Amino acid sequence: MEQAMEYALLAAFFFYLFSTIAYVMAVTGKASRVGKDVHTQRWSRRGLVLAIIGGTLHILFTVIRIAISGHFPTSNMFEFTAFLCLSIVAAYIVIYFIYRITVLGAFVMPLAVIMLAYASVFPTEVKPLIPALQSYWLGIHVTTVAIGEGALAVGFVAGLIYLICWVGQGNRTHTRTAAFLEGVLVLLLMLVGFVVMSGIFSGLGYQASFQHSVDEKPVVEEYSMLPIVSPHDSKVSKVDSFAGLEKPLFEAPSWLKGEKAAGKLNTVIWSVISGLILYGLLRLFLRRRLYELLFPLVKNLDLEMVDEVSYRAIAIGYPIFTLGGLIFAMIWAHEAWGRFWGFDPKENWALITWLFYSVYLHLRLSRGWHGLKSSWMSVGGFVVIMLNLIAINLVLAGLHSYA
Amino acid sequence: MSVIIDKWSIIAPAKDVDAEWGGGEMENTKCECGHSNPVGTTLCEYCGKPLEEENASDQPLEMRYDGKARRSQTKKTTWVDHVWNFFSSVKIAVWLIVITLVISALGTIFPQERVIPSGNPDVYYKQKYGTLGDLYYNVGLSDVFNSPLFMILLAMIGISLVVCSLDRVVPLYKALNNQKIVKSPVFLTRQRVSRTQPIPEEMDKGELLKALSKALRKKRYYIRQEGSSLLAEKGRISRWGPYINHIGLIIFLVGILLRIVMPGWYLDESVFVQDGKTKKLPEVGYYIKNVKATMELYDQKDSREQAENGQPVVKKYETKAILYKKNPKTGKLQEVKKGPISVNHPMKIGDLLLYQADFEANQTQAIRLQLTDKKTKAKLGEFRINLYKPAPEYTLKNGMKVRILNYFPDFVMEGNRPTTKSEVANRPAFVFEVTGPKLKKPERSWMIAGTNLDDISKANRYTIDLTRLETANSTGLMVRIDKSLPIIFTGLGIFMVGLSMGFFWYHRRIWVRVKDDNLYVGAHTNKNWFGLRRELEQACQVTGLSLSFSPDQRREE
Repeated sequence: MEQAMEYALLAAFFFYLFSTIAYVMAVTGKASRVGKDVHTQRWSRRGLVLAIIGGTLHILFTVIRIAISGHFPTSNMFEFTAFLCLSIVAAYIVIYFIYRITVLGAFVMPLAVIMLAYASVFPTEVKPLIPALQSYWLGIHVTTVAIGEGALAVGFVAGLIYLICWVGQGNRTHTRTAAFLEGVLVLLLMLVGFVVMSGIFSGLGYQASFQHSVDEKPVVEEYSMLPIVSPHDSKVSKVDSFAGLEKPLFEAPSWLKGEKAAGKLNTVIWSVISGLILYGLLRLFLRRRLYELLFPLVKNLDLEMVDEVSYRAIAIGYPIFTLGGLIFAMIWAHEAWGRFWGFDPKENWALITWLFYSVYLHLRLSRGWHGLKSSWMSVGGFVVIMLNLIAINLVLAGLHSYA
Repeated sequence: MSVIIDKWSIIAPAKDVDAEWGGGEMENTKCECGHSNPVGTTLCEYCGKPLEEENASDQPLEMRYDGKARRSQTKKTTWVDHVWNFFSSVKIAVWLIVITLVISALGTIFPQERVIPSGNPDVYYKQKYGTLGDLYYNVGLSDVFNSPLFMILLAMIGISLVVCSLDRVVPLYKALNNQKIVKSPVFLTRQRVSRTQPIPEEMDKGELLKALSKALRKKRYYIRQEGSSLLAEKGRISRWGPYINHIGLIIFLVGILLRIVMPGWYLDESVFVQDGKTKKLPEVGYYIKNVKATMELYDQKDSREQAENGQPVVKKYETKAILYKKNPKTGKLQEVKKGPISVNHPMKIGDLLLYQADFEANQTQAIRLQLTDKKTKAKLGEFRINLYKPAPEYTLKNGMKVRILNYFPDFVMEGNRPTTKSEVANRPAFVFEVTGPKLKKPERSWMIAGTNLDDISKANRYTIDLTRLETANSTGLMVRIDKSLPIIFTGLGIFMVGLSMGFFWYHRRIWVRVKDDNLYVGAHTNKNWFGLRRELEQACQVTGLSLSFSPDQRREE
């Protein structure tokens, strides 16, 4: 049973990957033999079918996991991130059937691949639920949030496509938009870098640990990556040697006092470094900026259309996110914690996400922020969602820190 | 006629209507068609022709509120108008949201005062987070969500919601409720989706309109016709979505206001009850008996049922409880409700809710002490002190007596004075007075849990030693009343209905006019232009005139 579950997810991962490849083929392939239109249509259909098969396998994984654990698999970082990945794919399929833009798939599917890879960095075991999570609201609240965020993520991807298109079509290489766009793409590369480094270190079975004290209590902190930074005022218990490095390079500042804070900082440093190295290599071998690399995929798109797709995805995601992230959240918080709102960090960041998209909608609908500005807002919204997913769970402690 | 529009809507943001106050003339504006429009109107109410435009631009028209003036654009004299105009601005509303957003983000940097494990935030933040923490506390960010600033912000958002909505919904309602079917060709050709097509001579104009109207009706449009003009409309409900969701939000905020201002609407207390004990609930006329509180763990032998670090995981916290009310005549407790309270399953009676919030295992209930004569080593008897109801005096063998002079259940030194932190016996401390026939004057002796005080009582003849602790579990219950909850959740429900109306429906209008052998088609929607275009193309196909409405098509023409 458990094996079937793991295979289902692994297969889903590969189908997402194949779907990505099919979509890229669809947009870039020359195909002089059958003609451009037929080629695009054919590969686009393949991409879609592969994505649907991947999504179905992902659903199968979810169902088996429910059968094994007895609860909806949205109770920790692995489960939630994997489910978010599924939501993104589902939202994409819905949007595709409304607008039928093939290029969108060439951007959404790699995001799904990254998401699923990111999810698998976290412990994947089925774990029992703590009392606060034992409620049918776990399935309702968290899935609704994820589905909403999935649609908002598709809005982000469309916004990103808009920006790449805008810079490329107008040859606006030296604008600030171009620079920031490159920055956003580098951020995405850092996420990839994190996944890659986690894979390498866990593949090697890397271990390191330090002794230090938190709130005057001795703590042993385990690292899963080579320690570049050690906890403040700590003693080395064990550091595996890696690439000639045997000692941390420096110590975390004293104000970084949380229980696992230094390890998290270490992970962030690794993500940044590996992301930048990846970026450097890409630049070196391709001799082009990332957005220039991506532009050929999107060059034939109509800006107005892309703008509308981005808005539409957000217009679908926003009510769903509101329902899950605020309303269901309040009902459950009322039942579990005796108050419907407590300004817990996660609650706050759900509110911030919601406020951000409210600003987006008001500026768009009432102040005419279309196109460029609107696309930047959709990118900003996704950054807020990612902050909530990655930073808030890992860095800020609170009631929602389950992972 | 060809319309060449180069992605206007994307590169140039739509005109900023809010900032344009319509010239300031206090006279009504007369349109070419003869209709007299109120001040501030941008599109003639009758024929839709743009008013007050110097040059005939071919930019699409600003269709907001169908060109009707809002109150904030026409009245600008009294102070009421100024306040109204301030709050009616979406710019202000957006700023209010942004400020709330920033404050909420800042409020998550460090934990809020409510959740820190200390009663002295002034010391805590500095100690735990250093200078930054101290700054955080002093600026007021550590309790920002209870600050007047935050309340004022919420109040301003509330006012902004009311004013913004009223300012807009009134002209919109009037405009949509009183639509004219025959519109000026200028109005039609300057829609974002528009097409002008010469009608082939062999085509019958009446038949063309009939076919169009039939095709659109099939697409569930509501059709009105006047002469050779058509107005097809659907999904008007979508336009009310924003106003309905704002009403929901206003109700939500009113609910929050009421829980603050109405006495007795909101209660947030907690109570600790030991196993087998009955306690009065704070602020309400109920008594609670904790029959038994339990903590259940997952299977500790099964590694899959443990946390990653191998720690056992709690499966369940539960309190078997009985709720009583005092009979006013007899003064006796009468059972009102009985049942388990566990996490996610509070006990509810009327507005009162009891939540399982805390569990303390093995709390000391009583201690057994032994009095010993140091000289003779004779044991003079054991006595039991109930830490929650200590007796004033204990009589032992040989005429010995122990009196409690002072008792601190949760001992702490404040400066150099002993005191108690709480009524819970976390660290009991006693001052005893021992009297007996062999003592000339009473002896004093100190006893503090977990502290060796042998030195202080060295000169004493009698010592008091701990022989046994009696422990029991105790449960922590949250005692909650929130009478505003029905209002708050009703507000949220309405909000959700409004959002769904606004985002899952779309308002589409299509104007058709046949004039001078030309077919004019103009269309407007509040979202999903792509769908509107597709629908129009499909409708036109049926009539034999296949028209394209795609933006590409317009550019290529």
